[in-house]
Amino acid sequence: MSAEDAVMEEQRVLASDWGGGKSPVGTSWGKLMMWLFLMSDALTFAGLLVGYGVMRMSAGRWPYQYNIFNINAVVGPMTFILICSSVTMAAAVAAARMNDHRKVRLFLGLTILGGLMFLSMQAYEWSHFIGEGARLTTNPWGVPMFSTTFFVITGFHGSHVTSGVIYLLVVAGKEGRRRYSAETIEIAGLYWHFVDLVWVFIFTLLYLI
Amino acid sequence: MATLEAREHAHPAPEAHEHEHELGFFRKYIFSLDHKIIGLQYYFTSLFMALVGGTLAMLMRAQLGWPGREWPLLASLFPGGFQGGQMTPTFYYALVTMHGTIMIFFVLTTILSGGFGNFLIPLQIGARDMAFPFLNALSYWLFPPAIIVLLAAFFVEGGAPGGGWTVYPPLSALKEAAPGSGLGMTLWLIALFILILSFLFGGLNYITTILNLRARGMSMTRLPLTTWSLFITAVLMLLSFPVLMAAAVMLLFDRLGGTSFFVPAGLVVGGKLIPHAGGQPLLWQHLFWFLGHPEVYVLILPPMGMVSDILATHARKPIFGYRFMIGSMAAIGFLSFVVWGHHMFVSGMHPLLGTAFMATSLVIAVPSAVKTFNWLATLWRGKIRFTSAMLFAVGFVSLFVTGGLTGIFLGSPAVDIQLTDTYFVVAHFHFVMASAALFGVFGGTYHWFPKMFGRLMDERLGRLHFWLTFVGIYGTFFPMHYLGTAGMMRRIYSPDVYPHLQHLGGLNAVISVSAFVLGAAQLIFAYNLFWSMFRGKKADRNPWGANSLEWTVPSPPPHGNWGAEEPVVHRWAYDFSVPGAPQDFIPQTVPALPAAVPGDGGAHGASGSR
Repeated sequence: MSAEDAVMEEQRVLASDWGGGKSPVGTSWGKLMMWLFLMSDALTFAGLLVGYGVMRMSAGRWPYQYNIFNINAVVGPMTFILICSSVTMAAAVAAARMNDHRKVRLFLGLTILGGLMFLSMQAYEWSHFIGEGARLTTNPWGVPMFSTTFFVITGFHGSHVTSGVIYLLVVAGKEGRRRYSAETIEIAGLYWHFVDLVWVFIFTLLYLI
Repeated sequence: MATLEAREHAHPAPEAHEHEHELGFFRKYIFSLDHKIIGLQYYFTSLFMALVGGTLAMLMRAQLGWPGREWPLLASLFPGGFQGGQMTPTFYYALVTMHGTIMIFFVLTTILSGGFGNFLIPLQIGARDMAFPFLNALSYWLFPPAIIVLLAAFFVEGGAPGGGWTVYPPLSALKEAAPGSGLGMTLWLIALFILILSFLFGGLNYITTILNLRARGMSMTRLPLTTWSLFITAVLMLLSFPVLMAAAVMLLFDRLGGTSFFVPAGLVVGGKLIPHAGGQPLLWQHLFWFLGHPEVYVLILPPMGMVSDILATHARKPIFGYRFMIGSMAAIGFLSFVVWGHHMFVSGMHPLLGTAFMATSLVIAVPSAVKTFNWLATLWRGKIRFTSAMLFAVGFVSLFVTGGLTGIFLGSPAVDIQLTDTYFVVAHFHFVMASAALFGVFGGTYHWFPKMFGRLMDERLGRLHFWLTFVGIYGTFFPMHYLGTAGMMRRIYSPDVYPHLQHLGGLNAVISVSAFVLGAAQLIFAYNLFWSMFRGKKADRNPWGANSLEWTVPSPPPHGNWGAEEPVVHRWAYDFSVPGAPQDFIPQTVPALPAAVPGDGGAHGASGSR
């Protein structure tokens, strides 16, 4: 390598995004780590949903969901509320970027409220089924696997929403003490949007088709 | 999560190393946030588990070498596992299961990714620590609880699980199915669950650290291959373990909640019809092996990277085909996700599907061969120094080739159906995955020990350890190919129960003697390790004349690694024996040309993560 080439190479590497000394994707490690965690968590849900698919295909007869779930009065509104909470979350992130603390608090509060409403409606749905005789291993409307997958998968998702509400409460507490950056809220938002997105899949697979 | 951004502002913390003297023993060595200490914690905890797992293997060989023999001394040591001086079948199956579980998850995964990964990644990329040191410490501190829960399985009613490390249902799903299927099996699942969380936290750190915290000039194509291998390994762990987590959740529900994810209808256990119905035992196998196959590459990729660095350094030659080495590791990583079906050829899968899995499995031979020939080409006409590290690295290549070739046999359904669950398979994976990975660990230990403790390990004991281990491994596992082709089953308690296996008794005794030699040789290693830590010859910062960044700092490196200024990298890690250079190595921090230095290293300061 000639001297000139060596200098060129040196400059090329140091100027490149991947040349070290900075994030190659322009992202802080915290946000990157959240993205990676969500990829990993997505695969956990994928594993559960694959299990659901296999159970359903091998069961032969699967109960007709519209006779069991109250989609119009409970599950539909639940889903709508969760999607709305994603909108308020996005609004909180936008407000945080503009340093508007009042709006950040307002929209974080609304998001938390949405999460809590979703959880209480899920609790209502669960207790309603349990009242009708559904258990983890028994199902008054047909194959037991229907209740099993319902309780395990919605329960696993519900625990994610619960963690999300706690996470947002912690973030809101930090906001109150002004110990946060806009990115803190953005990272929390990533998690919240992910939990909503997973619900869209669960809603489609368990309730609709 | 809550502490995410609190740490963010505190990191990287160049001033942190100034507080080193104020830390007491407890903060410095026990609840440490320093990646080097966490690495060593992982290393020594894994070594302890290796002792446990190795002892279990020795007990297994005692039974297989001399089936039915009475062992009064062992019986007094393990009263639950022996009856009338003879080992019980239940205990034998617990040994098989726990040996596999411990060696794969609690020794090799943790010592390679947790031990070497933590110690080496920040040092090799020029960072002061991992991206999120607290999460890193948390990752380690989930490991001992997982160990305690796992080992507790030996002491509960029914003992440890006996269904093999793959814990196939229904043996693992029904409490009544076998003695070890009771509380022991539940503890196994909980231990794995905790360990998966630990791997998740570790993997998140390794990937973000390597992507975001590289020193200036350390482009991805200047990273030492060790770091590359740990990077790809972390990606594999991040994507494969969550699927096992999902499967473990379902299995726990089957066991504790009475559900039937994996239990089919109509099973009769102990004369009673099991109330479960509607499950699919094969679902477990699919989910398990979707993790299980990437997992074996989690064990072999880091040794591949470490061996590449050791071979180049001790042969005084640049690594041959650096970019192909990265590409082949990435290819192996990708392929590992699409080959899981080759563990299930006998599960009754459609022959066309079996053929597809055969094709993807055999394709792995291509990147593996690329790596093997690159290693050989690196050695070709090198100035080889036969240090202990080098011997183990060369031994790694030998074991990898031996085990890899039998892998081609087993990848073909026609051959595999004959050899499934025989000792041929045991021989195969003990060569290619277990022993080879172990040689990576030993090679890495002899190579990086000076960096870890500032002293050299004894070379004479190291060479003795190598030869006994190398001969011991071939003596133990090579004859198992013959046992397998003769039809000896993989997990059989005693070869004496079948007439067609009785003539194998002599060979089994020979294998057991080899295994005992192999086991005893490890005591030399343990002695050498601990003796050298305190009495070994003092090492300077670069005893091997190596190029990567960890060799530019004192041995052992101080807290924060780099003093006031972070390093700037100007070249790859393999400039060995460059014509015209004053020495036969040029560290990565040496500028290409004196005139090409862009300012001093301090200009960029602590801009690491942003």
